[in-house]
Amino acid sequence: MATKTVQFEIKRQASPDAPAVWENFELAWRAGMNVTSALMEIAGNPVTSHGCQTTPVTYDSNCLEEICGSCAMRINGRARMACSALVDNLDQPIRVEPLSKFPLVRDLQVDRSVLFENLKAVKAWVPIDGTYDLGPGPRVFPQEQEVNYPLSNCISCTCCMEACPQFNEATGFVGAATIAQVKLFNNHPTGKVLKEERLRALAGDGGIQECGFAQNCVEVCPKRIPLTNAISGVSRDVLLQKAKDLLGR
Amino acid sequence: MAAPRIIVVGGGLAGLAAVIKIAEAGGSVDLFSIVPVKRSHSVCAQGGINAAKNLKGEGDTTWKHFDDTIYGGDFLANQTPVKAMCEAAPAIIDLLDRMGVPFNRTPEGLLDFRRFGGTLYNRTAFAGATTGQQLLYALDEQVRRFESEGKVKKYEGWEFLSAVIDSKGVARGITALDLRTMELRSFASEAVILATGGIGAIFGKSTNSVVCTGSAQSAVFQQGASYANGELIQVHPTTIPGEDKLRLMSESARGEGGRVWVPRTPGDQRPIKQIPEAERFYFLEEWYPKYGNLVPRDIATRAIHKVVYEEGLGIDGQPMVYLDLTHIDRATLNRKLEGILDIYQKFVGDDPRDIPMKIFPGMHYTMGGLWVDFGQMTNIPGLFAAGECEYQYHGANRLGANSLLSCIFGGFLAGPNALEYARNLPAPEGDGGHAAEIARQAAINQQLLTSEGTENPFKLWRELGQTMTENATVIRYNKNLRQADEKIVELLERYKNVNLSDKSQWANTSFAFARQLKNMLELARVIVQGAILRDESRGAHYKPDFPARNDEQFLKTTKASFTDSGPRFEYEEVDTQFIPPRPRSYDATH
Repeated sequence: MATKTVQFEIKRQASPDAPAVWENFELAWRAGMNVTSALMEIAGNPVTSHGCQTTPVTYDSNCLEEICGSCAMRINGRARMACSALVDNLDQPIRVEPLSKFPLVRDLQVDRSVLFENLKAVKAWVPIDGTYDLGPGPRVFPQEQEVNYPLSNCISCTCCMEACPQFNEATGFVGAATIAQVKLFNNHPTGKVLKEERLRALAGDGGIQECGFAQNCVEVCPKRIPLTNAISGVSRDVLLQKAKDLLGR
Repeated sequence: MAAPRIIVVGGGLAGLAAVIKIAEAGGSVDLFSIVPVKRSHSVCAQGGINAAKNLKGEGDTTWKHFDDTIYGGDFLANQTPVKAMCEAAPAIIDLLDRMGVPFNRTPEGLLDFRRFGGTLYNRTAFAGATTGQQLLYALDEQVRRFESEGKVKKYEGWEFLSAVIDSKGVARGITALDLRTMELRSFASEAVILATGGIGAIFGKSTNSVVCTGSAQSAVFQQGASYANGELIQVHPTTIPGEDKLRLMSESARGEGGRVWVPRTPGDQRPIKQIPEAERFYFLEEWYPKYGNLVPRDIATRAIHKVVYEEGLGIDGQPMVYLDLTHIDRATLNRKLEGILDIYQKFVGDDPRDIPMKIFPGMHYTMGGLWVDFGQMTNIPGLFAAGECEYQYHGANRLGANSLLSCIFGGFLAGPNALEYARNLPAPEGDGGHAAEIARQAAINQQLLTSEGTENPFKLWRELGQTMTENATVIRYNKNLRQADEKIVELLERYKNVNLSDKSQWANTSFAFARQLKNMLELARVIVQGAILRDESRGAHYKPDFPARNDEQFLKTTKASFTDSGPRFEYEEVDTQFIPPRPRSYDATH
């Protein structure tokens, strides 16, 4: 009996300046196989389906259970996490490429540090007085927790940014993930003391008005975060803040 | 005098906790991490964090938390630090709450708590079933705040290679590898804190993340740091077997009422729902009526093994048992466990709200780690350790939801202690050993890049994982452990013959992996030989040939030190000054 196999086409690029090439791989099928396990298998035997010796594929991965946000890539054209991309649910050959909106490092690895810079710019934290024992935090009712918890599930994978037509060098748009974090921290009883600063950070170029409501972000978010809802809410708050700042001048 | 510079290696909960304390106290931190710190393995912790806040009117106390932890660890943990941790826990929860962790709440807006294994109290605070992720993010956000104030400099994408140790044996910094440019550099500091997490990769497949190789711990072990209780490895009873890893199915599934069972008839072919209650074997509930499904992990894991391998009752003859939540309503499941149920559904395909999950034990955690004193310092002055990479809080078995606590508590101790140490440190003689250490590391790199052998490091690693999982997990026999040690020696020999299929000097992941592999092999010997020497059964360490705990000979901490001919072992008395050791048994009925 012929063994069932899985076909992969993987975009390779040895460095940011090197030319991109596609390499094909054929691996034995196994139950429960996902894209990361295929990449691991290639590392153990880096030979293309044409029998050419090659190098293990460079890619980011860590938890392999879709909670660390590392292994985002384009799989059959769609931005998603490689660990939860089960081979049985994908059309073959499975085309694997790096995210296209971020500086390429090598092969499937890109530099997504822009998101962490954005989080700094909007002060995505609760400004506590200190870490010494100051007693319990503010009361939060379950209804509020149930709004905030989903926002706090963002794994910084950047799929929402990759999929967004407005996220590009021309607009400098911060992207949906950062806006959702603004909503999260503005909702927090202590976090909201920085609300005005966060809203002003989203008021200028590259801010929230760049959003074109394509709604691709919610489509691709692996954590089903209500991103468009967050954008609408924050958008309104930014406008109010702008008006307030104008009148208060 | 300028503020002391402290290097923290590792950006999980323990590392970030240390960073926050140092920055807050006026120190400067260089923070090194292989991955962006927000992607550290702490995100994988699911169920919760323990603290005896007694918000359910059960009369819980920090003493009971302390007693459960010591008893759960089969008395191998030193009691002074464990007691301090349990006493600090309620204030740590308050702090996390103030930082904005979205903990689940009671209708009155207070923190909700649930039950976990090895206790009879609702002591575990939780944020859905992604508590580790939420806690890590809270600390990550505080560190980002300090970073924007210039108090913390992050080196993300750098891998720790070794400590820099001066002529007097004092740590003076580290060497590290830039995983993108492959640049090797040394960094000076007045103290170093390792917070480098678990060692799951030594067992091939585990619940751990890819970066949890134990490479950093092993590197400093080979430089003279003692490694304690290496043989104490926790196998989690409920994981989802997978092609690339064993995914954790949190203990909180049982904390919220999940029941473990198998059909009483081997190979029962009926659809699950048609198997009547009387024909289901709820073996944990039958064997351990008082704790039921919430016995500690070592007990649950051995019970599952027994049902599968001795009684032949695994589902369809496979090594699997059911973890059943289908009797709980969907709204409750979604409110309290959605994160983990989604993981199961995504990776297995079945909805665990409708169909019982199929699970099996998998390597999860190391209780052992770098030896540290009660102030978190290793035996190398200036080198501290916190979190899973050190040995101090869990004895021979860790209770669920105590790991997040021990990470934060250990980091909170290590940070200020390192700063205090650094303030009193005299300047080094000469360059503090930096040039010599760089030269040593450069030689290792050169050797690897020019080696013309035939061995693929990824294949050697698979063999290591298989050997360790087969011989050094749930059930241990000396004969098999000796064979495992021989196998590791063989792999170390073959390692000399490694040939990298990638010799480039840009983002070369196989190069970094090959360096980790050498360290994994050295640490594997510590685990296996430590297990050979401990001729008793205690906590997670179980030998059928020595089924009883032997306090007279083995109520002792194993301490391994490195020699060129393999690890050397000595034993240290355990601090039992508060709770006299008593027999550990969970099968009582009341």
